[in-house]
Amino acid sequence: MLDSFLMRAALAGLGVALVTAPLGCFVVWRRMAYFGHATAHASVLGVALGLALSISVVWGALAVALVMGGLVAWLGRRGHSSDAAIGVISHAALAFGLVAVALTPGLRGDLTAWLFGDILAVTRGDLAVIWGSAAAVVALLAWRWRRLLTATLGDDLARAAGIDPRREELVLVLALAVVVAVALKVVGALLISALLVIPAAAARPLARTPEAMAAVAAAIGVTSALGGLWVAFLLDTPAGPSIVCLSSVIFAVTSFVPRR
Amino acid sequence: MSLVALRDVSLARGGQPVLERVTLAIEAGEIVTLVGPNGSGKTTLLKLVIGALKPDTGVVERAPGLRIGYVPQKLHIEPALPMTARRFLSLPAPVGRAEAAAALEEAGVAHLAARQMTELSGGQAQRVMLARALIGRPQLLILDEPTQGLDQQGAAAFYRQIETVRQRLGCGILLVSHDLHVVMAATDRVICLNGHVCCEGAPEHVASAPEYRALFGTGTGGALALYRHEHDHGHEGGHGGAHGHMHEHGDGAA
Repeated sequence: MLDSFLMRAALAGLGVALVTAPLGCFVVWRRMAYFGHATAHASVLGVALGLALSISVVWGALAVALVMGGLVAWLGRRGHSSDAAIGVISHAALAFGLVAVALTPGLRGDLTAWLFGDILAVTRGDLAVIWGSAAAVVALLAWRWRRLLTATLGDDLARAAGIDPRREELVLVLALAVVVAVALKVVGALLISALLVIPAAAARPLARTPEAMAAVAAAIGVTSALGGLWVAFLLDTPAGPSIVCLSSVIFAVTSFVPRR
Repeated sequence: MSLVALRDVSLARGGQPVLERVTLAIEAGEIVTLVGPNGSGKTTLLKLVIGALKPDTGVVERAPGLRIGYVPQKLHIEPALPMTARRFLSLPAPVGRAEAAAALEEAGVAHLAARQMTELSGGQAQRVMLARALIGRPQLLILDEPTQGLDQQGAAAFYRQIETVRQRLGCGILLVSHDLHVVMAATDRVICLNGHVCCEGAPEHVASAPEYRALFGTGTGGALALYRHEHDHGHEGGHGGAHGHMHEHGDGAA
C-alpha cells in the first residue's frame, strides 16, 4: 500500500500532525509562536547548506534549526526583547538561506518545494524518518510532560520543585528543531509554524486540561492533514497550503465555542 | 542542621548591589518573616533560597534533598493553557483523587476543583497554590506576600492556618510580607531586610529596634502591641479563644 503516492502522503501528514499537536501546545502555552516561525525560516538555510555540503537536507536543516533555537533561547535569557531579536534572526536566516539556495547550482527550480513542502513526493525513506522522529519527539515530550508543564507555569515554581527551567526549555528547542527538520519536506518552511500553532489554538476552547488540549489538537491536526490532502486531490490545489487552510477553517469554527 | 543557610551572601544585578553580606538560617519548625521596604531585596532573597539565583559571593546551603513548597505572590497562567485547580495540584508529581480532594477541602477551596486557574481570584488562586505546596509535604514552606489583597480578618485567619500547618508538618516556614502587624504576631522570628539584614530577632525586639523604626517609623507600634497581645492569648487559650480577640482587634485597627 506504500506504493501509492497518495497513501505515502497521507501517512506523512499523519505522522507530522501527531507530533506537531503536543509540541504546538507548548509553543502556544509558552508564547513561542514566533520562535517556531524563526526556527522554520532558518531551516531554509539548512537546506542550502545540506545541498552544498552534499549531506542529507534533513541533517542540514536540523543543525541550523538547533543553532537557531539555541541562539534565540540564549538571547531571551539574556534579557533581549526576544520579539525583536527573533524577528531579526528569523528574517536574516531566511534571506541568507534564499541567497545560499540561489548560489547552489541546480537548485533554483526546487525552491518552492522547500518553502511550501511537497508532500506528494514523499518517499518510503522519508516516511521512515518522519515516523521515527515523530515517535522519538512524542516519547520525549511524554517522558518530561509534567516537568515541562511545571516549567511552563513559571521559572520559580519549577526551581522550587527542583526542576531546571532552562533544561526544559532546551528540551523544547531540541524537539522543535527535530520536528521542523522533518516536517520541512511535507509542509515546507513557511507552513510548519502554522501546523504547530493552528491545531493547538483551535483545540483550546474544547479542552479543560493540558492533556485534553494536546489530544484534541492531535485530532484536529490529523483531520486537517487528511482532509487537506483530499481537498488538494479534488481541486488540484497545492497540498501543504490546503492542509493549513483546512486547519484554519477548523480554528475559525472552534473559536465560536465558549471556553470551558 | 538548618533547612537553608545563607552565609555572607552578596548579589548585584545590573551593577547595583541588591543584597550585601546577608547571613541567615531557617530551622525546622520555625516561622520566619522577612520584612523590608520595596526594593530591599526580599524577592531576590527568596530566589536565592529556592535556587533560582546564584550568589555572586558567599554560599547558600540547602539540607540535602530538601523539599520546598513554594507559594508565589501571583502566578500568571497563559489563558491559552487550560488548567483546572484539580489538575494544577498534580504538578510536578501526580496526586491521587482522595488526597487532592482532602487538600482542596483543607484549603477551603473544594468547590473550585473543576474551575480554571485563570478564572480564580487572587486569594482563591493563592489557596489552591498553598494546597499544592502542602501536598508535597514540604520541609520548608515559602510564602511570598500571602496576605496581599486579604482584609485583616482574612489575613488573621490565614496565619492561623499557617500555624496549624506548622504543627501538622513540623516544617520551617518563610514568609515575606508588608503586612507588618498581623505577620509579626504570627511569627517566631522577624528578619528586617534592606539590602542587608538590618535587624533580626523576636517580633518585639525587632519592632523596638532603631533600625526597624528608621525604615518603617513608629506608626505601627500600637497596632503591633495589640496583635502581640492577641497572639499570647492564642498560645494560652487555643485557637477558639484567639479568634474572638482577633475580630475585636481587627476592627479596632482598621
